[in-house]
Amino acid sequence: MREERGGRGGRDKDKKDGKGGDAPRRGGFFRRRRVCKFCAEKIDYVNYKDVRLLAPFLPERGKIQPRRISGTCALHQRKLQVAIKRARQLALIPYVTD
Amino acid sequence: MSTSRQYELVYIVTPEATEQDVADLHTQIEQIIQRYHGTLDKTENWGRRKLAYEIGKHREGTYVVETITGSGELMKEIDRRLRVLDSVIRHLAVRVDEDLQKAERTRSARQENSARRRVARGLPAERQPGEGRGDADQMDDMEAEVSR
Repeated sequence: MREERGGRGGRDKDKKDGKGGDAPRRGGFFRRRRVCKFCAEKIDYVNYKDVRLLAPFLPERGKIQPRRISGTCALHQRKLQVAIKRARQLALIPYVTD
Repeated sequence: MSTSRQYELVYIVTPEATEQDVADLHTQIEQIIQRYHGTLDKTENWGRRKLAYEIGKHREGTYVVETITGSGELMKEIDRRLRVLDSVIRHLAVRVDEDLQKAERTRSARQENSARRRVARGLPAERQPGEGRGDADQMDDMEAEVSR
């Protein structure tokens, strides 16, 4: 749905480089519209058995994507967190990927 | 009589187990449920599935999902039994009735809200066919984004 990874990588690079010439990119970064996926699609119950639903919130390493990046609202992030942890116990999604 | 609650039980059976073994396991659980006066609402066999990580020495397993209504004691007994069995490599029992009820409540509240707002705007309470994907109170540009 949304391309998050590119944006995040870009920001990390900006931090190291200092402030030289990153203004336009930063503008693009902050202008991205973030809507809670669960609110938008009206998903009231975050099903831990639905891997396809959870997958977009797990970047390459398998960590839970923070709210500030995915745009999920607090209520749904909390539910998502529980669902992801349950799915991990059932080996539906990995704890870590390396 | 203890209170009745709805649970969801997921267990993973070793890939070595035959279909007969899985069926036997299922009847075992059914018997426990009967003994504790619970009911088995639904069974779902996902079949063989690759595990996201190795459990013991296994790379895949057979997933079975059961929806059970019963007491806490029943779930305790099932949990104990599944823990003892070597053929079950992983299991998880989760209480779902409260969460599903909450989800249902927010869903109906949203529906009521939308109906009330629609009536206030002079529209019929229900969304008419061909009115677009989103609700009437949704922003237009978002609808466009979704349908694209």
